[in-house]
Amino acid sequence: MSSIPHDRAAAGHGTHDDHAHHPTGLMRWVTTTNHKDIGTMYLWFSFTMFMVGGVMALTIRAELFQPGLQVVHPEFFNQMTTLHGLIMVFGAIMPAAVGFANWMIPLLIGAPDMAFARMNNWSFWLLPPAAILLVTSLFVPGGAASAGWTLYPPLTIQQGMGMDLAIFAVHIMGASSIMGSINIITTILNMRAPGMTLMKMPLFCWTWLITAYLLIAVMPVLAGAVTMLLTDRHFGTSFFNAAGGGDPVLFQHIFWFFGHPEVYIIILPAFGIVSQIIPTFARKPLFGYASMVYATAGIAILSFIVWAHHMFTVGMPVAGVLFFMYATMLIAVPTGVKIFNWLATMWRGAMTFEAPMMFAVGFLFLFTMGGFTGLVLAIAPIDMQLHDTYYVVAHFHYVMVAGSLFAFFGGVYYWLPKWTGTMYDERIAQIHFWTSLVFFNVAFFPQHFLGLAGMPRRIPDYAQQFADWNMVSSIGAFGFGLSQLLVLYAVVKCIRGDGAKAPAKPWEGGDTLEWTVPSPAPYHTFETPPVVR
Amino acid sequence: MVRFPLRRAHAARLLSGAAALAPAAALAAREWNFQPPVTEIARQQMDLHNYIMWICLVIFVGVFGVMFYSIFKHRKSAGHQAAQFHENTLVEVVWTVIPFLILLFMAYPATRTILAYKDTSSPDMTVKVTGYQWKWSYDYLQEGFGFYSNLKTPLAQIENREPKGEHYLLEVDNPMVVPVDTKVRVLITANDVLHAWWVPAFGIKQDAIPGFVRDGWFRAEKIGTYRGQCAELCGKEHGYMPIVVEVVSKDDFAKWAAAQKQKTAAAADDPGRDWSLKELVARGEQVYAANCAACHQATGKGVPNAFPALDGSKVATGPKGDHVAIVLHGKPNTAMASFAQLSDTDLAAVVTYTRNAWGNATGEALQPSDIRAARK
Repeated sequence: MSSIPHDRAAAGHGTHDDHAHHPTGLMRWVTTTNHKDIGTMYLWFSFTMFMVGGVMALTIRAELFQPGLQVVHPEFFNQMTTLHGLIMVFGAIMPAAVGFANWMIPLLIGAPDMAFARMNNWSFWLLPPAAILLVTSLFVPGGAASAGWTLYPPLTIQQGMGMDLAIFAVHIMGASSIMGSINIITTILNMRAPGMTLMKMPLFCWTWLITAYLLIAVMPVLAGAVTMLLTDRHFGTSFFNAAGGGDPVLFQHIFWFFGHPEVYIIILPAFGIVSQIIPTFARKPLFGYASMVYATAGIAILSFIVWAHHMFTVGMPVAGVLFFMYATMLIAVPTGVKIFNWLATMWRGAMTFEAPMMFAVGFLFLFTMGGFTGLVLAIAPIDMQLHDTYYVVAHFHYVMVAGSLFAFFGGVYYWLPKWTGTMYDERIAQIHFWTSLVFFNVAFFPQHFLGLAGMPRRIPDYAQQFADWNMVSSIGAFGFGLSQLLVLYAVVKCIRGDGAKAPAKPWEGGDTLEWTVPSPAPYHTFETPPVVR
Repeated sequence: MVRFPLRRAHAARLLSGAAALAPAAALAAREWNFQPPVTEIARQQMDLHNYIMWICLVIFVGVFGVMFYSIFKHRKSAGHQAAQFHENTLVEVVWTVIPFLILLFMAYPATRTILAYKDTSSPDMTVKVTGYQWKWSYDYLQEGFGFYSNLKTPLAQIENREPKGEHYLLEVDNPMVVPVDTKVRVLITANDVLHAWWVPAFGIKQDAIPGFVRDGWFRAEKIGTYRGQCAELCGKEHGYMPIVVEVVSKDDFAKWAAAQKQKTAAAADDPGRDWSLKELVARGEQVYAANCAACHQATGKGVPNAFPALDGSKVATGPKGDHVAIVLHGKPNTAMASFAQLSDTDLAAVVTYTRNAWGNATGEALQPSDIRAARK
């Protein structure tokens, strides 16, 4: 722990940093209220959960390598799919986004720290207990929750105490997200440097501001839904039980009212990171800044009125199906605007292709493919065939892995010099990009075919006609999983200071405030606010 | 629009590399598009999918053509100087309006198909489909008979002790049978948790929701056997509850229905009959294999921490009344569902069997009349 960058920064620069009388060792991390420390912890937590969820994914792919049961039992397989989903969404992707927000928002707007420094500490330290609840639920009688990450009743009502632990974990992670969001909104609205109007803010701050509002709007809805599950399970209510006057479909409506905005909660921060990276490496300002802001807001608003496209097969009235189909198709418009704006930013720039830019371009390419399959799924008559098949699995991995995760990798390489003061190893990063890109497509592209040909999702065993593509997909998944050790290696190398020393502004095209402070960023930055234009 | 068999054959050739050498079975393992449609709806779904894929492909080539052109031409290493423009209202309006117009061209045919998909009016016949953990049942309401449809694939194939058959996991003991060219309305519900009834070749997928009845329809145009699977996660055997529908000629259907009615009448048990312990145990073993063994296992040992053992259990060796009650009503908040849908005789047999199998030796026999009394 002594090799963490800020200590070196404090010692090395010996400026006004030395009055930071923070505890050392473990207590430093437990008690810290520093946005950089907390951002670092969020990112490490996220990476740890990414590995845990990844091992679960590989267990799934190992079982699906061939037809027949070889590796696990069907009950355990269902626990793996459920926990993989919950852990990746709530444990890996969302905390990674909050980690970026903590580290970068104060640096991007010229603020000394987050608005509520102690709440920031608390919102991080809620996460490890939630993760422990989820992971240890594998070892309780009956095993972990196995009803899918969507937790649909009545199946959830049948489950053992693993389900209760999952419900509590969701409660805790929801509370953490809400606190994080309040912090981010307050910081952005109140702590911008003089002269930085809202419409001059870096786009990453805009996408996070909108994401934070989405979180505050929908996390309580999720908490309500899982609380109703809890009372149905233990306290004799019948919210979702037809025999008591309830309706199992009600849960799906509530869940997806949370779940669809959640999809944009996952992708909007990624949009923000890509919007920082592309102008930097194109050496050209972001094209259509204002329309990017409006498109982000448009996507966020639309996200509240499209939820039932996850439920086309429950048997809604035809008017309902039509409404949700049209509303969902509309999302293609603002999303398209964003893609076109990024392309226009690249157009006639002077581009270089360091790792952050490679991941941003990879993001653009693969996220757009996920967007097309999203459009296909929005067409209700086609969704009647594809709902709950591997086509859906392929679709959401294109937008969440090749979308969010690729953008986050881009962000890590982009800001690593600022975080650690050391340039990352470009060769390793390029290998990481290309292996990730190739293996990702080997793993997930064939899943489109499987879905079209009729393979349902969440099955541990399958008919013979699905055998070949499943084998290909499993090979890709293992390749993708192993590739991720490279990013760990690259990051550890930077933290150990093994590499070229990073200047304050390592990227020629960088024009945001974080490049005005030294690398690594001192423990305290912008104690005197910078003045913007 | 390019028709499906052509595209599939073409793709198979492309993908298999040495097509001439590849055996037909290997091609079948590499299916990559919708199953051949046999209803108007499924055909429209496939045409719509092809149509939208073509539009997406054109956009894809256009957009990424521009991107890769830019990547190759506008790079610093090629000596390109960065322009500094960052706004153009006209361009912004154009790339907002054009996608919107394209969406209209997608929405029109989609609306037409979904209206037809949802129109279950004036069916020629109605079949009620019920999802159970983990099998389907089909009730022919007008004809007055019904039956369960269980997975037929032997466990030995699933556990890799025997080679897998051609229809591995997609074969059942009693398939649903319907006449060709007939509008069949299916009323879909479930007994315990959510399931979804899906036959890809018919283009129909409808969730089965306990406590609610939803409907759908299909009119199969071609005689043949069509296979699908449960499409909504329903517990541990979710992957093992296939759907098989045989489409037969109208004459064959009439013959089949008559035979089913006869079979139902013949199989009806005389309610007053007194059964011997041996008869009950023999019948109960079959009922147990079809309904109970998935969780409690054929050995009666259950699965530790998940499904309790019946061998030596307090319920199976304790008072008869409690045992019958739990089978009739299930155990709340667990996977033990109510089995009240089974006949009195089947229930009497299976309770008797579990009280006298493995190490359990109560020597007690329950009669169908005991169950009848307990139901009240």
